[in-house]
Amino acid sequence: MTSTLPNILSWILWLPLIAIVILFFLPRRNETAIKWVSLIVILVDFILSLILLGYFDFSNPNFQFVEKRKWIDFINSYYYLGVDGISILFVPLSVLVTLLCILISWDSIKDKVKEFYLSLLVTNIAMVGVFCALDLLLFYLFWEAILIPMYLIIGVWGGPRRIYSTFKFFLYTFIGSVFMLIAIIYMYIKFGTFEYTALVGKDYPLHIEKLLFLAFAVAFAIKVPMWPVHTWLPDAHTEAPTAGSVILAGILIKMGGYGFVRFCLPLFPEATLFFAKAILVLSVVAIIYAGFACLAQDDLKRLIAYSSVSHMGFVTLGIFSLNPIGVQGAILQMINHGIVTGALFMCVGVVYDRTHSRAISYYGGLATTMPLYAAFFMVFTLASIGLPGTNGFIGEFLILLGSFLNNKVITAFAATGVIIGAAYMLWLYQRVFFQQVNPNVVGLEPLKVNELAALIPMVVLVFLIGFFPNLCLDFMRSSVDALIMNFK
Amino acid sequence: MVEKSFEIIREFNLCTVLIPFLPFIASIIVLLFGKVSSFFREKPYVLPVIALFISFCLSLKLLFDVIGGKIYDFDLYSWMIAGDFKVGVGFLVDPLSVMMACMVTCLSFLIHVYSIGYMAGDPGYYRFFSYISLFTFSMLMLVLGNNLVLLYLGWEAVGLCSYFLIGFWYEKKSASDAAKKAFIVNRIGDFGFALGIFMVFYFTGTVYYHEVFSKLPLLADLYLKFGDWGIHVPFLASFLLFCGAMGKSAQFPLHVWLPDAMEGPTPVSALIHAATMVTAGIFMVSRLHSLFEMSIYAMAMVAFIGAITCFLAATIAPTQFDIKRVVAYSTLSQLGYMFMACGVGAFAVGMFHLFTHAYFKALLFLGSGSIIHALHHAPDPNDIRIMGGLKRYMPITYITFLIASLSIAGVPGLAGFFSKDEILAHAYFSAYPWGKIIWFIGLVVAGFTAFYSFRIFFRAFFGEFKGREALHGKEPHESPKVMTIPLIILAIGAIVSGWFSIPHSLGGGAHFVEFLAPSVGHAKLVDVDHTVEYILMALSVLVGLLGIFLAWIVYVKSPTLETAFSSRFRRIYTFIFRKWLFDELYHYTIVKPTLWVSNFVVRLIVDTFVIDGTVDGSAYSINNIGSGLRRLHSGIINYYNVFILLGIIIYFIIFYILR
Repeated sequence: MTSTLPNILSWILWLPLIAIVILFFLPRRNETAIKWVSLIVILVDFILSLILLGYFDFSNPNFQFVEKRKWIDFINSYYYLGVDGISILFVPLSVLVTLLCILISWDSIKDKVKEFYLSLLVTNIAMVGVFCALDLLLFYLFWEAILIPMYLIIGVWGGPRRIYSTFKFFLYTFIGSVFMLIAIIYMYIKFGTFEYTALVGKDYPLHIEKLLFLAFAVAFAIKVPMWPVHTWLPDAHTEAPTAGSVILAGILIKMGGYGFVRFCLPLFPEATLFFAKAILVLSVVAIIYAGFACLAQDDLKRLIAYSSVSHMGFVTLGIFSLNPIGVQGAILQMINHGIVTGALFMCVGVVYDRTHSRAISYYGGLATTMPLYAAFFMVFTLASIGLPGTNGFIGEFLILLGSFLNNKVITAFAATGVIIGAAYMLWLYQRVFFQQVNPNVVGLEPLKVNELAALIPMVVLVFLIGFFPNLCLDFMRSSVDALIMNFK
Repeated sequence: MVEKSFEIIREFNLCTVLIPFLPFIASIIVLLFGKVSSFFREKPYVLPVIALFISFCLSLKLLFDVIGGKIYDFDLYSWMIAGDFKVGVGFLVDPLSVMMACMVTCLSFLIHVYSIGYMAGDPGYYRFFSYISLFTFSMLMLVLGNNLVLLYLGWEAVGLCSYFLIGFWYEKKSASDAAKKAFIVNRIGDFGFALGIFMVFYFTGTVYYHEVFSKLPLLADLYLKFGDWGIHVPFLASFLLFCGAMGKSAQFPLHVWLPDAMEGPTPVSALIHAATMVTAGIFMVSRLHSLFEMSIYAMAMVAFIGAITCFLAATIAPTQFDIKRVVAYSTLSQLGYMFMACGVGAFAVGMFHLFTHAYFKALLFLGSGSIIHALHHAPDPNDIRIMGGLKRYMPITYITFLIASLSIAGVPGLAGFFSKDEILAHAYFSAYPWGKIIWFIGLVVAGFTAFYSFRIFFRAFFGEFKGREALHGKEPHESPKVMTIPLIILAIGAIVSGWFSIPHSLGGGAHFVEFLAPSVGHAKLVDVDHTVEYILMALSVLVGLLGIFLAWIVYVKSPTLETAFSSRFRRIYTFIFRKWLFDELYHYTIVKPTLWVSNFVVRLIVDTFVIDGTVDGSAYSINNIGSGLRRLHSGIINYYNVFILLGIIIYFIIFYILR
């Protein structure tokens, strides 16, 4: 397979390394230079990832921009990169999320600035790596590598209960990954390769396939996170600094959903069919349970964190509907959720920086004192509850439609999540923005340039994808169709 | 009559596209520049009013195109493609949608003009015009869309604008509560609506109207099997879609949001909560009439939900003292009439009532708005108990309000008479077995309607003015011209809009109803004895006049009668006055249990995973991280394991039950 752009994936993947090297040599007191270097390098990286999109061939369901080099020779492991319709959109999304994190942290991180930006840059490499790697060992490396900078971001720059939260976060995700590693090793021993493309289509005895599926699924389910292994997410979100929450919501939990589509479905189709209904039930439980949990929160971040659990329930529902409509909806919903929930966390960060309170009852009447901010928050609220015209609608609608074609009763239960979603988000909005002005929010500083620069692109994306979803759906169509062929 | 043949044009048509998008562009510009430009802050109405006027003219042009035998049906662009699911942003201009487009743009234009005066001086002046234009765009997308998903888009978008406008004065808790309530109740309906669309797609493989209609016959004998019993597919699909109509058109049991929606500014009540948005349900049922007609149970459901709402609202209206709430209940009741018409198969007649109702009900609201505007210094300007004798102060409002009241009461010659009588006649002669019952309910409610309409009319304009204290001695005054001219135009509408469809029995041509026939089916009275029709007509006029007469006795002749009556039947009166206790019922059966479950869910997580073990129950602070960690090491991991296990066990039980 030839592509017109040589080694573009490697360029996108490793470009932040340049910034890392420069940052090492910059004095730690020169914070402005540290921020600008990170910003510019990531911006270039983002532009590169957009160029990547431009050269993508819609009609080709296979991997494109493939790079394959010998890496660890004696165990037959390759440095093997490539993207297809399922993964390509996550590459620019990852870089965009890092870019916005740099912007949103511009003023709010005042302590250990150099280390913070280094962590962000490392996170970016690991995130892009996860979505490009086609060698299972390489994938596992990136998958685990992301834990270290995330652990630092939450543990060093987080809130008062950060140590407890990082512990929980690390423990949960690490335990999950260990199972996946065992499964990868098993497959290596059996077939002597880590290559993804070589492992697709291999046959296993059914009971082995089920075990392998479960080993992968545990790792992905914890990342997503699915009910009942979701409890690490609200704690991690609540204590993380804004950038940490944005990365968690924007990319980290998408890795779980991506993992299901990339590995569980094509590698273990028989087991997927066997477990699909169980996972659908879990998804519905997540949607409803987390929705109810949202209604009782008085902590802004915790509420949005639980809403993530609910939205990711829709994603797993779409994936395991096992039809093109549901899977495309699920992938799109992951992108949407990254944009919308990332933006909501940024919005919470905006007021948290000013008031240092996350309690909903602390606020009230913000629409009167910060009208522009209220307008931004309203757009993301509407996208979050899936109002037509926003991107949230497209994802939710396609998922529910795909799921309906698969199982009507489960869909009917899942669709109640749409009602609960409207209830908790609008109630949140009412308590924070409407009603009488709370003295706590009088005289807050209006939105700053860096905050506007981070929020405006998100608003544009919300409506752009809402009105022209084919911009995204075109990318994934042929790859998803090819994937679903296995199940017909 | 010879069946008219239409030429279907599938090419792009600029007029059609401009009709919704002009108000949209105006809305966005006003919203973006309202804060920064003094022109848009002080005169935000200029752009939307011009845009709407052009839209109205374009709608008229399309109306003549359709009369001339053209139907436009084209896609602007492809919206989503996924698997076998394809949908575009596209428009359908046929008799039904062009009639709605003309009505919406006309009323919206008038109400924009009225708002220039009514909303003057409000700090959110530009916001108001932006929202109301955005609403007009959404409503036009709703009626002009050529597929179900676009209908859903318009459906939710009008709901959103309604949310913004009900909560326009968001500092008031009651307003933001009402806005939220409206949105969530509508969401409950939309939940069914969405499932209904999925169902249609599942069985026909498309969401475009014209393709759906051509494939409907395939559904005739389909049953959806749930275990041993099956549900008739057309019925289930109709029912699910009708859930959406119950929400948006505020029909029992989802009617509770509309009276509270009166927290919004009065022009909003006139445009959204009387003339246009709330009629979307009737529009949808008429648009999909061939689906509803496939199931007799679906038709019965439409008819009886309409009848229940019609009656329920007509009983509550006379007990309320807030002028806007009375008019809101009257709207509920009239919407019930329209559904009754649909439920006896007379969709075109339902649409005709929708059309005339838009004028006289918008007029009633704007007239109330004019009164409220005059009394706006009073603590509660909506209270009819502080009104009285306004005839002297507000002559134009008085005359126009009288016309609207006569029209809604069904006095011969006015718009309401023709459309209401058509509904009653079609119900009486209907082939459906419930026709006579519907006719009887409609007749009784006609009396109620005349009574409560003239109750507010007499209390507001006759007798002594009782608001001097509340107004600190100031006299009420007539509204400015920018408000009274729309009133006069609407008053003309409230008289002549009925003349478009004078029934054959009165020597008319029923043009309106027959114009709609290609879209919503014929609604002709065949082989009907005209004598019976005349008797029915006389009967309903008599009932209406009786209602007016009673109102005159109670509110003009002997004003003490009302309190005497309400204290005599205190129990029943209180029950009705508190709106049949629906709000309380929902509060204790839905809202409370939901919050209870949520608190339980959270307690389950927080207590067992975090707080359990801390004696004082406080959250960890920076001081006790150490102890928190110790606990993490010593025991809490076991809790995790126990709960993960428990969760897995519960889940496997659910899984095996569902298998």
